[in-house]
Amino acid sequence: MSNDAATAEAEGTAEAAPPAPEPIPHGLGASLPPADARAKTEGTFPYAADLWAEGLLWAAVLRSPHPHARIVSIDTAHAREMPGVRAVVTHEDVPGTPLHGRGGRADRPVFASDVVRHHGEPIAAVAADHPDTARMAAAAVIVEYEVLDPVTDPEQAFEAEPLHPDGNLIRHIPLRHGDPEAAGEVVVEGLYRIGRQDPAPIGAEAGLAVPRPDGGVELYLASTDPHGDRDTAAACYGLPPEQVKIVVTGVPGATADREDQGFQLPLGLLALKTGCPVKLTATREESFLGHTHRHPTLLRYRHHADAEGRVVKVEAQILLDAGAYADTSSDALAAAVAFACGPYVVPNAFIEGWAVRTNNPPSGHVRGEGAMQVCAAYEAQMDKIAKKLGLDPAEVRLRNVLATGDVLPTGQTVTCPAPVAELLQAVRDFPLPALPKDTPEDEWLLPGGPEGAGEPGAVRRGVGYGIGMVHMLGAEGADEVSTATVKVQDGVATVLCAAVETGQGFTTLARQIVQETLGVDEVHVAPVDTDQPPAGAGCRGRHTWVSGGAVERAAKMVRTQLLQPLAHQFGMSTELLQIADGKITSYDGVLSTTVAEALDGKELWATAQCRPHPTEPLDEAGQGDAFVGMAFCAIRAVVDVDIEIGSVRVVELAVAQDVGRVLNPAQLTARIEAGVTQGVGIALTENLRTPRGLIRHPDLTGYALPTALDTPDIRIVKLVEERDVVAPFGAKAVSAAPVVASPAAVASAVRAATGRPVNRLPIRPQAAVATGH
Amino acid sequence: MGQREGAVGLTTHAPQAAQAVTLPTTLDEAVAALTAMPAAVPVAGGTDLMAAVNSGQLRPAALVGLGRISEIRGWQYQDGHALLGAGLTHARMGRPDFAALIPALAAAARAAGPPQIRNAGTLGGNIASAAPTGDALPVLAALEATLIIAGPDGARREMPVSHLLAGMEMLRAGELIGYVRVPLLHAPQVFLKATGRTGPGRATASVALVLDPARRGVRCAVGAIAPMPLRPLEAEQWVASLIDWDNGRAVVPEALHGFGEYVAAACIPDADPAEDGSVPPLPPAVLHLRRTVAALARRALGRALS
Repeated sequence: MSNDAATAEAEGTAEAAPPAPEPIPHGLGASLPPADARAKTEGTFPYAADLWAEGLLWAAVLRSPHPHARIVSIDTAHAREMPGVRAVVTHEDVPGTPLHGRGGRADRPVFASDVVRHHGEPIAAVAADHPDTARMAAAAVIVEYEVLDPVTDPEQAFEAEPLHPDGNLIRHIPLRHGDPEAAGEVVVEGLYRIGRQDPAPIGAEAGLAVPRPDGGVELYLASTDPHGDRDTAAACYGLPPEQVKIVVTGVPGATADREDQGFQLPLGLLALKTGCPVKLTATREESFLGHTHRHPTLLRYRHHADAEGRVVKVEAQILLDAGAYADTSSDALAAAVAFACGPYVVPNAFIEGWAVRTNNPPSGHVRGEGAMQVCAAYEAQMDKIAKKLGLDPAEVRLRNVLATGDVLPTGQTVTCPAPVAELLQAVRDFPLPALPKDTPEDEWLLPGGPEGAGEPGAVRRGVGYGIGMVHMLGAEGADEVSTATVKVQDGVATVLCAAVETGQGFTTLARQIVQETLGVDEVHVAPVDTDQPPAGAGCRGRHTWVSGGAVERAAKMVRTQLLQPLAHQFGMSTELLQIADGKITSYDGVLSTTVAEALDGKELWATAQCRPHPTEPLDEAGQGDAFVGMAFCAIRAVVDVDIEIGSVRVVELAVAQDVGRVLNPAQLTARIEAGVTQGVGIALTENLRTPRGLIRHPDLTGYALPTALDTPDIRIVKLVEERDVVAPFGAKAVSAAPVVASPAAVASAVRAATGRPVNRLPIRPQAAVATGH
Repeated sequence: MGQREGAVGLTTHAPQAAQAVTLPTTLDEAVAALTAMPAAVPVAGGTDLMAAVNSGQLRPAALVGLGRISEIRGWQYQDGHALLGAGLTHARMGRPDFAALIPALAAAARAAGPPQIRNAGTLGGNIASAAPTGDALPVLAALEATLIIAGPDGARREMPVSHLLAGMEMLRAGELIGYVRVPLLHAPQVFLKATGRTGPGRATASVALVLDPARRGVRCAVGAIAPMPLRPLEAEQWVASLIDWDNGRAVVPEALHGFGEYVAAACIPDADPAEDGSVPPLPPAVLHLRRTVAALARRALGRALS
């Protein structure tokens, strides 16, 4: 394939790819490759950082160096006078609402005005004719602070002076389910801590704002929720939403709400103020300071079980550190409380959950939020029950697993497939990998790496389990809706849907759906902007469900429009006609024509929506049908631990997952591998440290993401395809469940190898040392 | 994802002020260029320097590139020593022919980051940037390497590597590290490194250990736990006296263990006693580091003597 063809494909134009030697897979269930794979591999795929406009200015944001301080004064005079500086904006220049926030909680200022509440909070922004000038001018803004004591321990947030007019308690859920007096023969307790994972998108934030002649502004961003970000921006600029347009560029990695509104909002403000296009590309440090992180969590658990290991009662306290602003902490807390007992049948549960405000960097949506933290804790508790009763850890879990028809502690009955036992049995029965002593010496990869200090005599192997569950789509009454349009002309179909391709594979899936429904091979997915109807944020598997569902409905409507005249002509219903490989045939073979002929030069359009069944908020006792659907995953981890140094290598992770239906095998495998790898990061290395509220080492040397050598062999042992009848195609979200289960599995395996409690993630080397002190 | 026309493929790099870049081909030319322009910064592999430039922390007025000085990119032999060019890359030092010569330095070079870094980063750069986690540094300290410094007008002077790393002596204006002279000991050498992950990472602690059979000596240096490599001299002498040098370098297993503890206690001493004479315990993280150093030193000696 020539370079030109690759580029054309990436741009979604109608130029066909040259014929491949083998037939290109198409339709649902096939491993259709992404259309942009080649461009991304070759580095020609354009991201926001590659954008350019004539006469553009460069922006820089001044961020707070303190986690907590009162702003006495802000003096921008020096910055304004610097040659090349075109505008400096502060809180005084925000024409619209000064506060914004995701998750329906507008508690976050665009620019700090009187108080800074976290390290990295935006205070001013500059536009200048050179990026260096902009950075120097931002540094020349003189801010006089009165430094205050930061509240960095979430346990102290309850007693501390309010850090915000809204108070320090963001949400409290006291879940009560069953009999508080119930007791079991064995009781196990534990205190668990989960660190702060950063989503660390491989491409840092970047954007371009272009003023429009009508007084509005266009923002070119790697947004994962374009309509949500548009509404926030419009409110901040004091403009009607129609005058703000977000055009979604290539998204370089998103396992979270990837974008930092702390730079998006100033970008548009500066463009409106200067009348020039304004661009910003964040450094890695700015990226770490700007976007939200996974909630650091403190969990205290007490499990009661009977002599056979059946859980009788779970009591837990869950404390989420929301950081300085609420963001989506309320949603994370709901998931944490609802799934606090895991995919187990627990007749009596008393779970207290709090999300509190501190002066730490804000936490927000990172996939598996809430569910991941509790999974590490409840699986540690299951290991403790097994140890206390002398049972096999997998057996204890099997005695408690949830199935369809069981009731969650929230009172919600699990109506979707819940093949938890089948998943666990599959990973348990999968053959174990060979021990180092049974493999050739030159193939050894000991803890510590190929040139590390690992010594075979000090290495112990451990096997552990983690079973996770996540909910799909927004919860607690969120209106989850997506709209899609399908157009067919000249045998080529086009999909218009504002669902953002974040790497999750939505555009590929949309092409497959249309191929399947309309029998058209060539399908293009249009770029996303906010002139299209909203499709919602790309998270919790919602685009597979609602946007995929909307595309299918729209495609079916086009199909009906296409077939109706033929069916009428032949006196049969449209159901009796089939479309395959661009041909329309009737069930009896009497009619046979091509799609192109049936179209007869016409252009067929249809637009449809998909909106799943409604949910309800959790009530004051944590009860309610809050979730649309759930997905489950079981993982068996095999680790090698150097018990003298405490270095851990994950040898293999065996994964069995409840996927509903496999829509694209290659893509599914990639998503599971990616999720598992993110989980290995949480388990072993990823922790953004913030001593006294200050982010330390905001770079990819200090913040250690898993490399290829850190990533274990990932064996997908079983994909259970029990269709979820309420979901389009019966498919479930696949990305988040492995993130939830894998850290718990790794911790469980390290526990087995070392005999140590392992109650903190990421696992520090001193917690994995089995000898001595 | 598609893109609008005209929005694609343009560089993000704004034009910058012209910078003077000199590319000398000999060491003396490089020294002359640095002397002529004192504001110029020498650059070899650039793995540290260019990161600082890209992040805006450093805006050198001029650069003197050392990549074309072929005389410092190899090594030569000199009465029982190897004279290593400062421009040797980690990748080159990691190869088997070099490993046969100075095994510990080869092992450190192979452990020094991912292939991209090893292909570019140089021995001289590792010494000049003197990062506490520089992997070659404990090896050079254990080998008691000597630096050959090139100065203006063809001047050459020598300096023990430990003097530069400890800040006892400094490079003067216009001077460059030209060569590193290390003894060829013809005996086992070990470099061991503990990191936070299986993939390439900075050392949390490292140990270099070399045997010197001619002088019946053991030399050991511990890296990454202090601003410069630490030499536990007493522990070296103690364990050297326990080795049966004439009998296959045999040693009792307890000596390995004792050596590890000795090295660790020397490099990470107990806290000062309180007024009542009690010794406050070390923080858990420091205790773990001491345990790690002990394990590394014990393993290193064990491998060298096995």
